[in-house]
Amino acid sequence: MTVVMAIVVGGLFAAGSYLLLRRSIVRLIIGLALLGHATNLFVFTMGWLRQGGVPLIGLSPSDRMADPVPQALILTAIVIGFATQAFVLVLSYRAHEETGTDDLDQMKVTDLL
Amino acid sequence: MTGHLAFPIVAPLAGAALCLALHRSLRAQRLVSLVALASVVVYAVGWLWPTLRAQGVAVMCVGNWPAPYGIVLAADLFSGIMLSLSAVVGLVVLIYAIAWMENGREEPFFYPLYLVLFMGIHGAFLTGDIFNLYVFFEVMLVASFGLMVLGGERAQIEGAIKYVVISQVSSALFLVGAGLLYGVAGTLNMADLAQKLAGPQAAPYSAVAAQLFLVAFGIKSAVFPLFFWLPASYPAAKTPVTAVFGGLLTKVGLYALYRTCTLLFPAQWRAESGALLAVAALTMAIGVLGAVAQRDLKRLLAFEVISQVGFLLIGLGLGTRAGLAAGIYFFIHIVLAKTAIFLVAGLAEREVGTTDLDAMGGLLRRRPGVAALYLGVALALAGMPPLSGFLAKYGVIAASLQAEQYALVGVALAVSLLTLYVLMRVWAEAFMRKAPGVVAPAGQLGLGLVASVWVLAALVVGVAVMAGPLYHVAEQAAGQLLDAGPYLGAVLAK
Repeated sequence: MTVVMAIVVGGLFAAGSYLLLRRSIVRLIIGLALLGHATNLFVFTMGWLRQGGVPLIGLSPSDRMADPVPQALILTAIVIGFATQAFVLVLSYRAHEETGTDDLDQMKVTDLL
Repeated sequence: MTGHLAFPIVAPLAGAALCLALHRSLRAQRLVSLVALASVVVYAVGWLWPTLRAQGVAVMCVGNWPAPYGIVLAADLFSGIMLSLSAVVGLVVLIYAIAWMENGREEPFFYPLYLVLFMGIHGAFLTGDIFNLYVFFEVMLVASFGLMVLGGERAQIEGAIKYVVISQVSSALFLVGAGLLYGVAGTLNMADLAQKLAGPQAAPYSAVAAQLFLVAFGIKSAVFPLFFWLPASYPAAKTPVTAVFGGLLTKVGLYALYRTCTLLFPAQWRAESGALLAVAALTMAIGVLGAVAQRDLKRLLAFEVISQVGFLLIGLGLGTRAGLAAGIYFFIHIVLAKTAIFLVAGLAEREVGTTDLDAMGGLLRRRPGVAALYLGVALALAGMPPLSGFLAKYGVIAASLQAEQYALVGVALAVSLLTLYVLMRVWAEAFMRKAPGVVAPAGQLGLGLVASVWVLAALVVGVAVMAGPLYHVAEQAAGQLLDAGPYLGAVLAK
């Protein structure tokens, strides 16, 4: 199961990175989302992929309980990711209003020289 | 147990909540923000420093959960220094910003965002928990996204897209590193992590985590080659916001680098000392060379931010007590002086209505006070004796000589010379020469605007005047970073 997760996480990172390198802002946003999912799944896997028992010592055998702390961590990370995603979506809408384009190569107002 | 350690986080948070509740009354929001940030300054001077002097390390267990299980807030001298700097800069820039936006022309939600930004910065300086550090970084970043786009101009939105995307990539890397550490050590408490990562079994994993943290914090603090987002985004924000970003925000990333390298990854830190120094030299050089080429004052100063990040990185790269002490003194100097120069640039911008150096001029005649402020702060930044920049750079260079890094010394001296050239070229063009073309009518420079910059400039002078005691504290803080024993003892004993 961990191997499957490793492949999924790796695939998400690869897809996210690829989309981040595109010129279109919409793809950029999807890339950020995939990168966030990859990170969350990675942290999730860190708490063992086991099922069947509540994580209380004495109530269930230790090979059936998963560590609940990473799950709590990614819950926090998901909420933060949700907030930033919402912000980026509004930002891209405003950018489209302001510049009339979805192409990052057209956004050169702040370029270095 | 020091229960008051949460105050620098709670006060801005409560202030932000009150500001949102009072969103109809700008006057009430101004008052609430001033009180919230002033109270943190009072707290730092009145409570935090006496506690740190008495105990060395102050610790608070949030919710009274014992140390390795719950979240702890822990302040050593380095945290104390950074927190005090941030509180002072936050208050001074707030006064400046109130005057800048003028009566009733505030952007909506400036005050809550500004307070949340400082809640995040203070939390990052105080937390002793690696995931909590991630959360406070995100709080800080989300607030800074909001502050960056205040005004909604095209440049701001374009800059914000670049800034948001690179920040999120850096946060993802940071979170992967933190998750990896949890997977290896089963703890998030930084003191506990420091002990559990010390064994040989954890070494391969912590090496990977160290690289992830290095890149993640490297992006946030704009080191070579991860700096491109900074000059493309910071100058687009309103000048008071740019001042806080340039003066303080990049330094939070460096603080995290100092903290994680010394506490969590001492072995990797030693092994990569050469790479850190090479990155520091390239950061210094590329920053100042970028500044030489700029024709816009704010953008020029943004490149200068990168150059000075390099100096701060030298202190970490050397890894000696003298190096860390010099780095910490450099923090004190640069946070105050860099914020001050951005604020002075703002005064000049107000006066002539532009930051384009080709269109600026005649400021010495029109505003001799502003000219004096610029000259003083610029010379301090360039490192002219007897000002604070000279002492800070002297410390860094002396520590490099001690470590026999002669090439690094050469780069640092050349960069200082170029910094002087860049800042004096601004002096010659914007202040000394006659204004090209039609002179715009003199703008209004309110009392708050000018007085707050004078206060900050006086503090920059104070860093030089009080160099002895400050350097002594910096050396003690460096000692604490190198010998984690008392920190671990204080955190884990609670």
